Amino acid sequence: MLNSLMSYLGSSVTPGEAGNQLWALIYVLIIFTGVSVAVIAMNWLERKALAHFQVRLGPMRVGPHGLLQPIADAVKLLLKEDIIPSEADKFVFWIAPLIGLLASFTVYTVVPFGPSQAVSDMNIGILFMLGVSSLGVLGIVMAGWASNSHYPLIGALRSSAQMVSYEVAMGLAVVSAILMTSLNQTGTGTLSMIGIVQAQQEQHVWFLFKFFPLGAIAFVIFAIAMVAETNRAPFDLAEAESELTAGFHTEYSGLRWSLFMLAEYAAMIAVSSIAVALWLGGWMRPFSHWLSGGAWDFVFSLFPGLTFLGLAAIAIRGTIRMPKHSLFRIQTIGLGAFAAVLSGIGLLLLGIAVGARAGDHVALARSADALNNVYWFVMKIAVFMYMFIWYRATWPRYRFDQLMSVGWKVMLPISLGVLIVTAIVGVIVG
Amino acid sequence: MTPVATPFFFYLLSGLAVLGGVLVITRRNAVHSALALILTLLAVAGLYLMLYAPFVAGVQIIVYAGGIMVVNIERTVKERQFNRIWPVGLAASGALLVLFVSVLVKGKALFPERGLPLPEADNTQKIGEMLYGNYMFAFEIASLLLLVAILGAVIMTKKKI
Repeated sequence: MLNSLMSYLGSSVTPGEAGNQLWALIYVLIIFTGVSVAVIAMNWLERKALAHFQVRLGPMRVGPHGLLQPIADAVKLLLKEDIIPSEADKFVFWIAPLIGLLASFTVYTVVPFGPSQAVSDMNIGILFMLGVSSLGVLGIVMAGWASNSHYPLIGALRSSAQMVSYEVAMGLAVVSAILMTSLNQTGTGTLSMIGIVQAQQEQHVWFLFKFFPLGAIAFVIFAIAMVAETNRAPFDLAEAESELTAGFHTEYSGLRWSLFMLAEYAAMIAVSSIAVALWLGGWMRPFSHWLSGGAWDFVFSLFPGLTFLGLAAIAIRGTIRMPKHSLFRIQTIGLGAFAAVLSGIGLLLLGIAVGARAGDHVALARSADALNNVYWFVMKIAVFMYMFIWYRATWPRYRFDQLMSVGWKVMLPISLGVLIVTAIVGVIVG
Repeated sequence: MTPVATPFFFYLLSGLAVLGGVLVITRRNAVHSALALILTLLAVAGLYLMLYAPFVAGVQIIVYAGGIMVVNIERTVKERQFNRIWPVGLAASGALLVLFVSVLVKGKALFPERGLPLPEADNTQKIGEMLYGNYMFAFEIASLLLLVAILGAVIMTKKKI
């Protein structure tokens, strides 16, 4: 067992490709934990950011600036009574949240956090991601139907109609990005997620800027369709609270409801990672071609550590500004400890980056490399996650007929046109 | 790398497919049948994977399990009724039975002795070359047929017949 653990170290392929089940399991656990923590953080950030958008304070009571609010919420949801309506279809009601959760977590097997930092690299990576994430709608439809109630049923029908419509535009936008991967000597592209990012590496350009503005238009189409796919505002008709109370999960409570929330946020991260891998260069750092060379590599490898130090600085500022009242003592100590942990992580990451630059220690250099890849990928996803919150705070909800006409009469023709023009330009240029 | 295509997975997946198929016709509840059908479709996708056809498996999931079944469930949820098409079903399954039996009887002559070398790594690229190279004309005819079907569906929904 130890042998198989050690034998993978130093290889430059994914554990799936190396056939190493143990490391694949470790990667799965790391990704699962990371996504769950990200969902918790996202929960806090969304409430806080939305509140500030609306000139409110948001959660302030549980922990300093409400930092412990997600944990309190989770405990509340776990302890809440689990209600199944007596007229509901028990089995379908029970299995629906699990299907949604399964669909949104399965796609992480092919998310390329780095050239070897993925569970596996499939020949059909992007197809697999789109297919499995489209199964998530089954969970919603089943939940809406099994509740045996009107609001959930309407919510589920809206959601499925919306997903089927936007998947078409989304797929065409994805195809135009995949076409760009075939612009090399051999003339064959790839569907593998790692292969797509490597194609951008070889062509020295993010597909967002390829054939400007064609890549950018396809990206915008995808960015819109992705919000619709995940049922987020302004496309959240499936759970429009002013019309359908809570839409498809009206009858759900406690743990099952929280599973839906987990699935929704996990799906948001998953589709963002598709957009990052296809158009934003995946794990590549910004300006990797313009500002190339060892010195620039070093400068950019300092970013992970500096990010954590910046977060630590914010926490330290909060600790200093905490009221000097005896009731605030525990909060002050807690925030101070949080700042200490953050700065410790930051210093560790900086140490790895500097150590990789200074000495020629292979393991250190490799881990610094892996760290950079994962860091840039996650940061690009984080931008999308913030955009999701921003959309929700800014735009009013679509009406259902507007939603359908935007999907079919605007997005579909544009994405089809972009696909055709991309193909023509690709033939002429490449 | 050891192959995952062991007989165990074949029996598991075909068992699931058959179980799903039986549930589709025995469940009285239309939505339960639809869910059983999804089980069958996913199991068949797994069988395609075992045949080293990842592209077909992906398409199976994205088109059938994802797209068509969602539309199907939506329709059954809305209407909650079954059409009785016994004769057609019997004819279709009879034809399928004849096909299977004939393959079983003279399968030796139909298929090569050993399995062909399977291009697993560039399966998708090979399919692309075949579709857009060797079988371009047939592919275009098929897509034209689908286009006609789409137009027909749009016209039928727009016009009261």
